[in-house]
Amino acid sequence: MTQFWDALTLQAGYNAALVALGAAMLGLAAGAAGSFVTLRKRALVSDATAHSSLPGIVLAFMLMVAMGGEGRALFGLLTGAALSGLTGLLVISWITRRTRLAEDAAMGAVLGTFFGLGIVLLTVVQNMRAGRQAGLEEFLLGATAGMLREDAILIALGGAMVLGVCWAMRRPMTLVAFDAPYAATLGYNTRAIDLLIMGLAMAVTVIGLKLVGLVLIVALLIIPPVAARFWTESAARMVWIAGGIGGAGAYLGAAISASAPNLPTGPIIVLVLTAGFTLSMLLAPARGTLWAALRHARMRRRLQRGA
Amino acid sequence: MTALPAHSPLAVRGLSVTYGDKPAVEDVDATFPAAALSAIIGPNGAGKSTFLKACLGVVPRLSGEVAIFGQTFEDARARVAYVPQRASVDWDFPATVLDVVQMGQYRRAGLWGRLSGAARVQALACLDRVGMTDFAKRQIGQLSGGQQQRVFLARALAQEADLYLLDEPFAGVDAATERAIVEVLRSLRAAGKSVIAVHHDLATVAEYFDHVFLINVTRRAEGPVATAFTAETLHATYGGRLAPMGTGLRSQEAAE
Repeated sequence: MTQFWDALTLQAGYNAALVALGAAMLGLAAGAAGSFVTLRKRALVSDATAHSSLPGIVLAFMLMVAMGGEGRALFGLLTGAALSGLTGLLVISWITRRTRLAEDAAMGAVLGTFFGLGIVLLTVVQNMRAGRQAGLEEFLLGATAGMLREDAILIALGGAMVLGVCWAMRRPMTLVAFDAPYAATLGYNTRAIDLLIMGLAMAVTVIGLKLVGLVLIVALLIIPPVAARFWTESAARMVWIAGGIGGAGAYLGAAISASAPNLPTGPIIVLVLTAGFTLSMLLAPARGTLWAALRHARMRRRLQRGA
Repeated sequence: MTALPAHSPLAVRGLSVTYGDKPAVEDVDATFPAAALSAIIGPNGAGKSTFLKACLGVVPRLSGEVAIFGQTFEDARARVAYVPQRASVDWDFPATVLDVVQMGQYRRAGLWGRLSGAARVQALACLDRVGMTDFAKRQIGQLSGGQQQRVFLARALAQEADLYLLDEPFAGVDAATERAIVEVLRSLRAAGKSVIAVHHDLATVAEYFDHVFLINVTRRAEGPVATAFTAETLHATYGGRLAPMGTGLRSQEAAE
């Protein structure tokens, strides 16, 4: 317990403090960006693009090794992840527009193919000497042990950028999420704005790779907004509440994982966020299920008395 | 091809739109009158909504020209307000009635400009015109279908446009809402604005509208209600021997 308290107050050591602050920033950015993703109903697309980033990571590693580098340069790996995720996104949108396949089928096919390819490449790399030391498999579920100051700075800068874009483009993104054809008649480029929303999800995926990993990052994008939705009827407020829930949940999750050895950070953050979602679902005054049940029971009693 | 008239709020020449390998709208000409209420009429799947969306650039057109007050839509955008079908959006979206109406002001406010107090007053005035002032703070998911339609109309009013394009504004609304909407449309006409609505209730065409445009993929008839909305033009649009019920019109066959 004291260990948990130390972690919570950033006194559990340098690395744990970096992890907690990085996680908080990541959660904040993910909650805000994820709000637009969920309002536009693109949650599963963002999951598919996250999974699609794996082959890019491994190919970037191979390329850097082939060029005589060390292969572990984070920036190179993340660039590979972003390019590969973007390719997955474009393939999904191409399949949906050019064939009669529904978007969910296109997503399933792309997610499976890209992730499968990534795992095959990963296995190949792990059989090489350099690959064993690279620890690329940590990008699947995230790891905090090797978190460096540079990594934390990258998350902080990337997260700040995501938040900045969310604020600056809040009106067009909200409008497109609610009523895209109407937005088009006002002169907004709806395809570009859709791409921007997915780009924000992609950016969160990339900066969260190290800490949470690509398998679970979708949870950081989706759970805070749906939890926030229980507390407000305003899209603008939902964005900041989701950011708050995401930031607090990720910070708390990082502290918990730092308080005991070998607790995986990403999955614990997701579980903490799920707890936040459950509490919101039960307790939120206007939309929560407990209050709704109470109101329902009171109304029934009143009607029965009246009868 | 004749030049597109500048006096018309919406003039179209040779407009075609396809979905896949089927034409949805084929080689359509139309000229709508200014300061009038016009109805676009045709059976289900006749391309009425598609025609409207193609004029607005929401769906890509294969060919044809569209002029709004003699200009391209891109140049005349600020003079046009669009009211989509009510069922085209998810009404559980986190927004209040006032939020939705103020979406009509986004363009004027600019990307980062604040929506001023004056804008808020204007939005409330638009809600008042559709009889929804008391609902300003209400979550949109709690509205009835008719109330949702009025909110969409108020959003278009907030744009302060000269041409209003409505896609089935009377679909699935209560009688009170229908009257309220007709009243607003008439007040727009009285102020010199032009209104074009996709309409499917043939019984009310003559009562509500001045001008009709009949379409079934291709143009079937066009003109003032008195001359263009007849048993013959309806037959040409809807086909079959069935005289549409309740229009007050009798087909010649039935009369014989």
